[in-house]
Amino acid sequence: MKNTAVSTVVKKPGILGRSYTAFILFFLYAPIFILITFSFNSTRSRSVWTGFTLDWYRSLFLDSSIMNAFYTTLIVAVISAIVATIAGTFAAVGFHSMRRRWRTPLMHINNIPMMNADIATGVSLSLLFISLGMVLRFRLGFGTLLLAHITFNIPYVVLSIMPKLRQLDNNLVDAACDLGCTWIKAFWKVIVPEIMPGIINGLIIAFTLSIDDFVISYFTAGGNVMTLPMQIFAMTRRRISPEINALSTILFLTVLALLIVINIRESKQEEKLHRGEDSRDR
Amino acid sequence: MKPKYFSIPYIVWMGIFVVAPIFFVVVYAFTTADGYPTLQNFAAMSRFTPVFIRSFLLAFISTVICILIGYPVAYILSREGKRVQRLMIMLIVLPMWMNFLLRTYAWMSILENTGLLNRFLAFLGLPALNIINTPTAVVIGMVYNFLPFMILPVYSVIVKIDRSLFEAAQDLGANNFSVFRKVVFPMSLPGVLSGIMMVFVPAVSTFVITQLLGGGMVMMLGDLIEMQFLGTAYNPQLGSAIALVMMFIVIVFMYFVNRFGQSDEKAVGA
Amino acid sequence: MAKELIRLTDCRMAFDNEVVLNNINLYINDKEFLTLLGPSGCGKTTMLRIIGGFLKPVSGDVFFDGVRINDVPPHKRAVNTIFQKYALFTHLNVFDNIAFGLRLQRNNGNKLDKFEIHNRVMEMLEVVSLKGFEKRDVTLLSGGQQQRVAIARALVNKPKVLLLDEPLGALDMRLRKDMQNELKSIQQATGITFIYVTHDQEEALAMSDTVVVMEGGVIQQIGTPEDIYNEPKNAFVADFIGESNIVDGIMHSDGVVEIFGRKFKCLDKGFDPMEPVDVVIRPEDVDIVPPKSGKLKGTVTGITFRGVLYDIIVDFHGFKWLIQTTDLCPVGTKIGIKIDPDGIHIMKKGAFSGMYGDYSSYSAEYDEISDAEHEQDQEDEEENEFVSS
Repeated sequence: MKNTAVSTVVKKPGILGRSYTAFILFFLYAPIFILITFSFNSTRSRSVWTGFTLDWYRSLFLDSSIMNAFYTTLIVAVISAIVATIAGTFAAVGFHSMRRRWRTPLMHINNIPMMNADIATGVSLSLLFISLGMVLRFRLGFGTLLLAHITFNIPYVVLSIMPKLRQLDNNLVDAACDLGCTWIKAFWKVIVPEIMPGIINGLIIAFTLSIDDFVISYFTAGGNVMTLPMQIFAMTRRRISPEINALSTILFLTVLALLIVINIRESKQEEKLHRGEDSRDR
Repeated sequence: MKPKYFSIPYIVWMGIFVVAPIFFVVVYAFTTADGYPTLQNFAAMSRFTPVFIRSFLLAFISTVICILIGYPVAYILSREGKRVQRLMIMLIVLPMWMNFLLRTYAWMSILENTGLLNRFLAFLGLPALNIINTPTAVVIGMVYNFLPFMILPVYSVIVKIDRSLFEAAQDLGANNFSVFRKVVFPMSLPGVLSGIMMVFVPAVSTFVITQLLGGGMVMMLGDLIEMQFLGTAYNPQLGSAIALVMMFIVIVFMYFVNRFGQSDEKAVGA
Repeated sequence: MAKELIRLTDCRMAFDNEVVLNNINLYINDKEFLTLLGPSGCGKTTMLRIIGGFLKPVSGDVFFDGVRINDVPPHKRAVNTIFQKYALFTHLNVFDNIAFGLRLQRNNGNKLDKFEIHNRVMEMLEVVSLKGFEKRDVTLLSGGQQQRVAIARALVNKPKVLLLDEPLGALDMRLRKDMQNELKSIQQATGITFIYVTHDQEEALAMSDTVVVMEGGVIQQIGTPEDIYNEPKNAFVADFIGESNIVDGIMHSDGVVEIFGRKFKCLDKGFDPMEPVDVVIRPEDVDIVPPKSGKLKGTVTGITFRGVLYDIIVDFHGFKWLIQTTDLCPVGTKIGIKIDPDGIHIMKKGAFSGMYGDYSSYSAEYDEISDAEHEQDQEDEEENEFVSS
């Protein structure tokens, strides 16, 4: 049954409210449309439209520095997201089973990289790497970049898993043990599947953050490794090449497509849930 | 094997990569390049007072603008139907998936003197505006980049307010505006607070937006720190000291914001 | 004679130096329906968890079929549990939830083929009347249906003993009654020993062969429901099981007790002459008579309509009694009462004397029933670990 009653108190927004939101959306999207539009511009100008071309898309794949930066970004994002998800899952389960006296301070430390300004995290990590590097004879590079990304990713994974753990029935693991599981088996057969949505969510967040990060990479990657955001930053200081626009357009459209798919799936699941609730009401 | 030991590897990791780096910042801030203890780095900071003031002022202005613009958006959204809400939230999140350097770069092409905005103004026969490389451009860039971080937390708090509370308030004689003033607004304050946190901290420490839209004319703390580590003024000891002071001021600021929020919540008996 | 299956000897349990179980001695017979009854925090759930293997007693021993099982982990005990909020695996459907234990048995070399698992699960679904639900998502089931899945999941493993921790706590009144009957008939049909934890005395009396009343980590009384109701051992039991007026009395000789200065006949014997005692009088055992012919005279100060009966509060010399009657006695009426000898139960004075059985503040009595949540919270504080063995 659809609830068709109209609340007298909670009115839907009027024309004024809706045009206001529309304006804000325009503000948010205008720069993006400009970027996309100028990825098809036939000259390097970023404000004068001179004609349509796909040249930038073609030359994008031939530009080795952009493509290298892209691959670096992708590899760092994939590895750091996977490592952070695994580490974060174990960490979250561990934190959850601790007493509050221990859990609270540890969660505060966990939250530091999220709350702190990126530049502070980046600077402090670079000091650590430089100092350790002098002792252990290594320099800033791919390794330190990866370590930094894992470090700032784990807190988000932990944070996306904790609520799922809190929702778990306290007796769930007892029930599994009761039915014949050892503790480790119960962990794999019950806890992990039960918190899987949180784990996946954490993985996606970690991957995205890693792809998007500039500031922390900038301080921890050293001079020889470049991620895509670093490449873009370097270019903005000279003149940006429209290939970047092209690459961003491709990435943006990929994300858009992904989000649409996820959204459709979620709303289907929700419908299923609503049907279930209806049948439960009987 | 107890499950709580599962977190030991990460606790060690945090020790090395979260706690130790902060320790290094502190040590650097209090030593000279030769490794002797000193307070000189902090003394040297006084000549950057204008930068401190500018940073906190611009970040403050941006945060206020974000609240003024973002709060109504969150409130209006919360009153839409479920489907519209979901779509709109997606639309607000989506721009964040485009690299923020690029989005900021796009603003360069809008705001620069021969950019799209001035071309549009000229088309309307209006005089050109000189915005690029001014604090105004920096504020625009900050608001643009961080606005979603204000809308989302406020929205997520407002939608969770039980609608029967509105009805109860109205039943007790409140009109629409006082329902908002007495119920919605006080109850949404925690969302505003986390919004402030999520906008203010990156705003005060940015160096990308200032370099792109400020053109090096609007120097902020982020630029100052970046210069000490990777720039021409290489001096990590001074940079650490500046970073430390910045973190300290931010923590104090946040503490007072939170205190203010809490006392306010108590006042309405939440 | 019934065979003894489980025995606890001198069991003691403490969390953070706070004693939750003290000196527990109990045996449980095969095929018995035994209920651990008590208010929240009395230690009944802790005791169940010790039998299930989720907790180890600080001292004392647990025997199963004559074998000491203190160190046997839960997954190796022939015992299955039904948990308070069912603890169903939400990532699995109904069938897979029920098959969970059977599939693990197969992995341990106790070969169970797919076909047999399927058959046993289907059989079980029929027992709990959930035929046709095997593909359903457990989160979309109603409370009663989830409860049945939990029962099936435990029973399908053919345990010797089934432990039930407030299994009906989350259900509404009518469903509770239905499920009580259903559980009782499942127990009788399968011949499995049930150890049932509840704070609901009605439930305990209706279902059990044996009731164990607990308070403060100590067993107060063990007996059949009739024993517990008719012959409570102390004021706590008398008050917790049903309604009772508990007044001070003096035993004059065998069969004669003095209350409020008047002598009453009773059936109890074996007390010292002139020994002070607690006297229990159930509200339904009091007969109302005209003031002239009554042994005691009092004034009605309150009346509540309960459907078949009225609950009236009567003031005798400043002590308020609860009396149940079919007669309408408006507030202010002077009445007399008579009590038959078998309506009077005498208890020795003990630690609980004077704490219960006074109806001066009547309304609070009925509110104690729904407090299962509270106990859960307490345990959260104690141990947030998944398993504590």
